[in-house]
Amino acid sequence: MLVATVFVIIRLEKLMSAVMMMGFFSLLSSCIFMVLDAVDVAFTEAAVGAGVSTIFFLAAIAIVGRTSRPVKPNKMIVPLITCLGTGAILIYASFDMPRFGINDAPIHQHVAPRYLNDSAGEVGPPNVVTSVLASYRGYDTFGEVGVVFTAFIGVFLLLGAGTRKSGKERPAPPNVGEGSMRQKVVLREVSDLVIAPVLIFALYVQWHGDFGPGGGFQAGVIFASGIILYALIYGIVPAQKVMPPRKLAYFPAIGLLLYAGVGVVSMFKGGNFLNYSVLAHDPLHGQHYGILIIELGVGITVAAVMINIFFSFSERSL
Amino acid sequence: MSNQLPAIVLLLTLLAAPLCSMMRNGDHAWKLAVSSAWLSVVAAFALLQQVWGGYEISYHMGGWPPPWGIEVRIDELSALVLVLVTLFGSIVLSALRESLRPIMRSHRHSLYYTTFLLCMASLIGITITGDAFNVFVFLEISSLSTYALIARGRDRRALTASFRYLIMGTIGATFILIAIGFIYMVTGTLNMADLAERLPAHADNRVVQASFAFFTIGIALKVAVFPLHYWLPNSYTYAPKATTAFLAATATKVSLYVMIRFVFDVYGIEFSFQQMQLGLLLVPLSIAGFLIASLTAVFQNDVKRLLAWSSVAQLSYMVLGLGLLNIDGLTASITHMFNHAMIKAGLFLALAAMIYRVESSKLSDLAGIGRTMPYTTAAFVILGLGLIGVPLTAGFVSKWYLISAALEKDWLWLAVLLIASSLMAVVYIGKIIDAAYFKPVSASHAQVKEVPPIILIPCWTFALLTIYFGIDTRLSAGLAGRVAQTLLGVGS
Repeated sequence: MLVATVFVIIRLEKLMSAVMMMGFFSLLSSCIFMVLDAVDVAFTEAAVGAGVSTIFFLAAIAIVGRTSRPVKPNKMIVPLITCLGTGAILIYASFDMPRFGINDAPIHQHVAPRYLNDSAGEVGPPNVVTSVLASYRGYDTFGEVGVVFTAFIGVFLLLGAGTRKSGKERPAPPNVGEGSMRQKVVLREVSDLVIAPVLIFALYVQWHGDFGPGGGFQAGVIFASGIILYALIYGIVPAQKVMPPRKLAYFPAIGLLLYAGVGVVSMFKGGNFLNYSVLAHDPLHGQHYGILIIELGVGITVAAVMINIFFSFSERSL
Repeated sequence: MSNQLPAIVLLLTLLAAPLCSMMRNGDHAWKLAVSSAWLSVVAAFALLQQVWGGYEISYHMGGWPPPWGIEVRIDELSALVLVLVTLFGSIVLSALRESLRPIMRSHRHSLYYTTFLLCMASLIGITITGDAFNVFVFLEISSLSTYALIARGRDRRALTASFRYLIMGTIGATFILIAIGFIYMVTGTLNMADLAERLPAHADNRVVQASFAFFTIGIALKVAVFPLHYWLPNSYTYAPKATTAFLAATATKVSLYVMIRFVFDVYGIEFSFQQMQLGLLLVPLSIAGFLIASLTAVFQNDVKRLLAWSSVAQLSYMVLGLGLLNIDGLTASITHMFNHAMIKAGLFLALAAMIYRVESSKLSDLAGIGRTMPYTTAAFVILGLGLIGVPLTAGFVSKWYLISAALEKDWLWLAVLLIASSLMAVVYIGKIIDAAYFKPVSASHAQVKEVPPIILIPCWTFALLTIYFGIDTRLSAGLAGRVAQTLLGVGS
């Protein structure tokens, strides 16, 4: 089905339907991740791939128009060769890969045993993924938050949101959703029902990451989806009343600084950067506080970045 | 505090970035950015001093020992690259404020400095890390920020240039990610030193071979190895002026560093060069690269594009030195990485200064600039001589090592080709000097004045450094020679 979906996406000239199929593609891959027992990854893929990025694509389409121009065949040769070459190497490699699902594959032998056996005693959370993500490899996660932050700065630098003077705003033609979707009673009623639970669910995912799949990334995305849904149905202006863009623009930085702040505090307490064990008297408590705060930082940055990017896209399409 | 230096050197810029983004006042943001950048230079030199003589520092992020946690590992090579990134980045950043003024309204400046700092921080992160996946994480930050920096060029074509780079860069990054995933699959570890220990046992495994192929192509895209250099000339040409100086100095060099790290340390020489025959791939490609790129540079009429093509040629020298696989060659690679970063950053910065006044980088518009802007042009000429490789400049040192590496292999023809390529450099730099000094000033540019000292001083810093490192080579070639011996496993 994945393969079929990709072919459909490539053949489609209507961008709108292509975007829908991309969402479908993400949903399918998230199912695959489920089958592979990577619940956290599946969760993220569903929230980011099928959820938020679809909305971003839609917002982009609102700016650039709905159909693509066909590409000349002679421009396709180099990409085609590249793809075939990549595929060939991948297949070549797959002959020597460890068999799917066997226990003695190298990745289960070397680093993983300590993660699986000792993390509850060393780090705390029952969800091993969280302890790997937030503590053992917390520096990588810090980097990932940096990536999200960089994306936000990039979009801001290029699209220039938040700089528009209110006097300059043109009389509003229908923006993304506004007008067209506002009148649809069913949509409105349903989203009224859904938005509040979505936001609460986001908070649940945020704080529950220790125990089950979830954490700052997913929570941030879900929270942002709730706000964006509100903006789609009721228009940008009321949404921006809830979240004033000027203030919102600070939050990605605040999240990142919160994360780094934990690391810096642990440096002042005599540990290495991001060593949460020194934060409290008991290393386990320290780990617990540390992970809670950095997950909050992740959540804030991700949510704020998503909403910011959405706002700057839709301000463009005004 | 000194044992925390590996984290501090990164955090200075990485924390200054979000703080900068929260400042509305561009001038304050600039002050914060510049001071944090220069502090990171101090930290970088302190680290260099700690590892000087072949020592290594290992810093465990989060307090978890490798391979469970992420390790930061600094040896002489990474310390040298660290100095390169922080020092040259800071010099360019110091000149950035004046140079941004004409192209952006001042309240946007803080965002630009933020992006610049993020780029710098990520390059530092790539340089110091001892973890393969961590390289990828910071590579993403550096790529994203680079796209944004380039796309802010005044010309609309900057957007297409940036987009093309984005596509190429994403392919490259994905390939690198696949490569890292593959070696993780086989070894179960992401720590570089651990990988280096475990990979030789799997040398016949096709997964490792495929991983090596993906890595080589991916990183070659990032280094702009011929023929994967297509994104480079346009990106450099349309990026905002002073930014080009920063990118030319650091981005490709750090990618080259990653290449050296992986090829020599992670995969190991035996696997890379004997089993996979990397040399057979790199040497012909880089020879073709410097010949074609130098030749193309000769025929450019836009100085910025000319210098960009010359960059492709110079990068080919570095890759060639790597592919020759002898001590002189590798010394040449590493030395040239440092020297060329310095020279090219200076050249682009001097050019940015000229564009600042003349508002064009066309050769015809720069006619007579030697008389209207004597100091800038003089700095440009010194740096240009360095690029050609005239004795007593830094460029000479690295070329010398490269040619002796070719002679050591008894490849006289290669030495001849190298000299031919240098002669082409004489031609294209000569073209600029000819226009600057011997063509009459056109009437429209007669009123052009010298740039303010805040731009002029950074230009001259680069020029003087070029001469300094042409005479005192302890930091560049001396260190590079030691590193080359270690990498090649020859007793030091």
